Amino acid sequence: MTGEPGRGRWATVAIVGLIAATAFPFYWAIVSSFTPESRLFSAPRLFPDTLVLDHYRALFTEREFWVPIRNSLVVAGTTTAFCVAVGALCAYALARLRFRGKAPLLALILAVSMFPQISVVSPLYLLLRALRLINTYPGLILPYLTFAMPLTVWLLVGIFRQLPAELEEAAMVDGASRLRTFLEVVIPLALPGLATTAILTFVYSWNEFLFALSFTLGPERQTVPVAIALLRGQYQVPWGQILAGSIIATAPVALLVLAFQRRIVQGLTAGAVKG
Amino acid sequence: MASVRLEGIRKTYPNGHVAARDLDLEIADGEFMVLVGPSGCGKSTALRIVAGLETPTGGRVLIGDRDVTGLPPQERDIAMVFQTYALYPHMTVRENLGFGLRMRGVAKATIVDRVVKVAEALALGQVLDRKPGQLSGGQRQRVALGRAMVREPQAFLFDEPLSNLDAKLRVETRAELARLHRRLAATIVYVTHDQEEAMTLGGRVAVLRDGKVEQVAPPMELYRRPATVFVGGFVGSPAMNFLPGDIMGRTDGSTLGIRPHDVVLVPPGQGDLDAKVDVVEPRGSELLVHLRLDGLGSERELRVVAPPEPMVPADTVTGVRFDRERLHWFDRQGRRVE
Amino acid sequence: MGHTLFFAVVSVTLELALGTMLALAMNRAFRGRGLMRASVLVPWAMPTVVSGLLWKFMFDGDAGIANAALVKVGVLDQPLVWFIRTGFAWVPVILADVWKTTPFVALLLLAGLQNIDASLYEAARIDGASAWRQFRFVTLPLLRPAILVALIFRTLDAFRVFDLIYVMTGGGPGTSTEPIALYTFNSLLQYLRFGYGSALSVIVFVVTFALALVYIRYLGAGLTETKA
Repeated sequence: MTGEPGRGRWATVAIVGLIAATAFPFYWAIVSSFTPESRLFSAPRLFPDTLVLDHYRALFTEREFWVPIRNSLVVAGTTTAFCVAVGALCAYALARLRFRGKAPLLALILAVSMFPQISVVSPLYLLLRALRLINTYPGLILPYLTFAMPLTVWLLVGIFRQLPAELEEAAMVDGASRLRTFLEVVIPLALPGLATTAILTFVYSWNEFLFALSFTLGPERQTVPVAIALLRGQYQVPWGQILAGSIIATAPVALLVLAFQRRIVQGLTAGAVKG
Repeated sequence: MASVRLEGIRKTYPNGHVAARDLDLEIADGEFMVLVGPSGCGKSTALRIVAGLETPTGGRVLIGDRDVTGLPPQERDIAMVFQTYALYPHMTVRENLGFGLRMRGVAKATIVDRVVKVAEALALGQVLDRKPGQLSGGQRQRVALGRAMVREPQAFLFDEPLSNLDAKLRVETRAELARLHRRLAATIVYVTHDQEEAMTLGGRVAVLRDGKVEQVAPPMELYRRPATVFVGGFVGSPAMNFLPGDIMGRTDGSTLGIRPHDVVLVPPGQGDLDAKVDVVEPRGSELLVHLRLDGLGSERELRVVAPPEPMVPADTVTGVRFDRERLHWFDRQGRRVE
Repeated sequence: MGHTLFFAVVSVTLELALGTMLALAMNRAFRGRGLMRASVLVPWAMPTVVSGLLWKFMFDGDAGIANAALVKVGVLDQPLVWFIRTGFAWVPVILADVWKTTPFVALLLLAGLQNIDASLYEAARIDGASAWRQFRFVTLPLLRPAILVALIFRTLDAFRVFDLIYVMTGGGPGTSTEPIALYTFNSLLQYLRFGYGSALSVIVFVVTFALALVYIRYLGAGLTETKA
């Protein structure tokens, strides 16, 4: 902490200002989503006088918004579950077992995670079309694995490496096979890290847009971000519903993130600033 | 219990570091063998090779009559106590103790039975349902010990188990370990960097340096008849003094070793040499006197342990006489000659 | 391509600058730190399209609060239709990106800041260094690796920007805000010019890969150490 007394007040002002600036768009979005249609397009007021549920109701009655929600849950949920389960095994092998080519493999994983998605959309589209997987759940989950798996493995390798190797050695001397050591000693200890990784993977999958846009054809399989982006009104932009949908889209991930914020911050920064 | 043998063990790491070169060691059934040496001498590596946590680049490991060189640790039937105890933090003491037996598919009733017996023997009966995080340092040490005992293995391996304890606990636990050895007639391979610990615990002590065994012998023999300059200087505190042989009339390049306890201070001119008193450390029961010998090329220091009285003032000149029965001669290569 | 560069340079610069300030502010222990962290994480956790839409709404010609505020304060005489005027369309887009990702940058830098030994600042203070000097000679140099990491991450991301533009401007007005990712996308899926689109994909990939290699060479060495 740098702590110089004179700067205290200045810093507080800056902090308050920054929190306000960051939080304002939210506040505004939430307020507007509850503002009746008629008021939306006239002069906006900072503190509204009427609040209605019109937009939210419309989303579900007129637009069947629960469909994209279901789709997002299925896709993000399955992707996360698979990635964590398989990724944990991969990561453990990478972290603890000795075999040739480990360093290039890790570098490859890092590189793959940096691929621009746009570059793989085209070949993936053709591939999925050939497999008749366009507009299906697997048709989204499989592409999602291309970015979710590297992310998961990368994070988990870091987490496993941080566990004291002596515990695993003790278990092996005690007679546990590698697999049993992994299941009975490593996993219980790495549980917080696994949870964080799962949340991060879920967040990335839930928020994903490009693949979801490219590989689905209609509302039955579109995910929440796509559904919101494509909301069209008859006469004018349906801002109210868009904002309501946005709030719904953000709420679950925001809540997850808020609940686990400290862990998430650690996870995000540990991987990056290892220096 | 079984014997443990290391034959021609070699270990070179991928980065070129040689941890063990042609290491030969035999530990008899029921023997308490201590491996001691400075950091990097290869003692921990040797232990881990016995455990199966490292594979040697060459050589064999035998436990009992079985060649276990290629076997993973799970199949070697040895138990290890780690420096940091490595207790499973998410399991209770009871579960920690029973883990090894559970892994080997021992019947539940037997597990319960043995765990209770060992817990009682180590005064852990009250804490069986606590987790390691809730125990004191000494208790944790005993759980680590108990986990090894419950397994009733062919040999016990200890990797600097006392270095995390404070001085008082260390002394108590040392006695505990000695008792354990007696009671179980266990084969124990024990690694430490503390020569005092080695001397007090070991039935035999192996002094390692640079991946090789310099000398293996019971403690007193190491003390009285060190095989090399290194062993002489390593064992015993304060350390042995080394002087060029021509001080006592040998001109063949040999080195004289003499322990501080084996030198007597006499009035100047009446001893083998004269020296100037540099620093005097009163230690209660004795004085540790640091002397300076000039006129030998580089200034040599001589350490002498003297009786607490009379007080030796600094910057005076005194004579020193060496106990003729306690001279250690070493040749040019540092090996002992008679 | 030029658009992509412009976007990348401007937003990354802003994000770094703001992120540094934010990280410095967050580095002091104070009450409400949890609140700060939370409010800073949520923008990052939102779908990009959502944050894009939020800002689009705020800058909407009619309903947007930005116009209302600016008119009220006197900067504008009448509401501006941001998304119709070339050049002006960048403002909300860049603001949206900065708003969403500065938190991430700040977090990276914060981690780097926390790794700096406090005693270095004390030594500097004793040596008589002012706050600005401390920043220049202690903080900045030691923060360099973290800054580099943040820079590389963000630059890569900025190059790949798609979601935001798609949803805010669709590349418009005209094609004035169209980054390369969107251009490729349109070629591929809307105009179905697969050959051309694939070629573009490869170009984007190569550029990104080159940047990624730089990154890996720098960071990869430290990350592939094994402890087994």
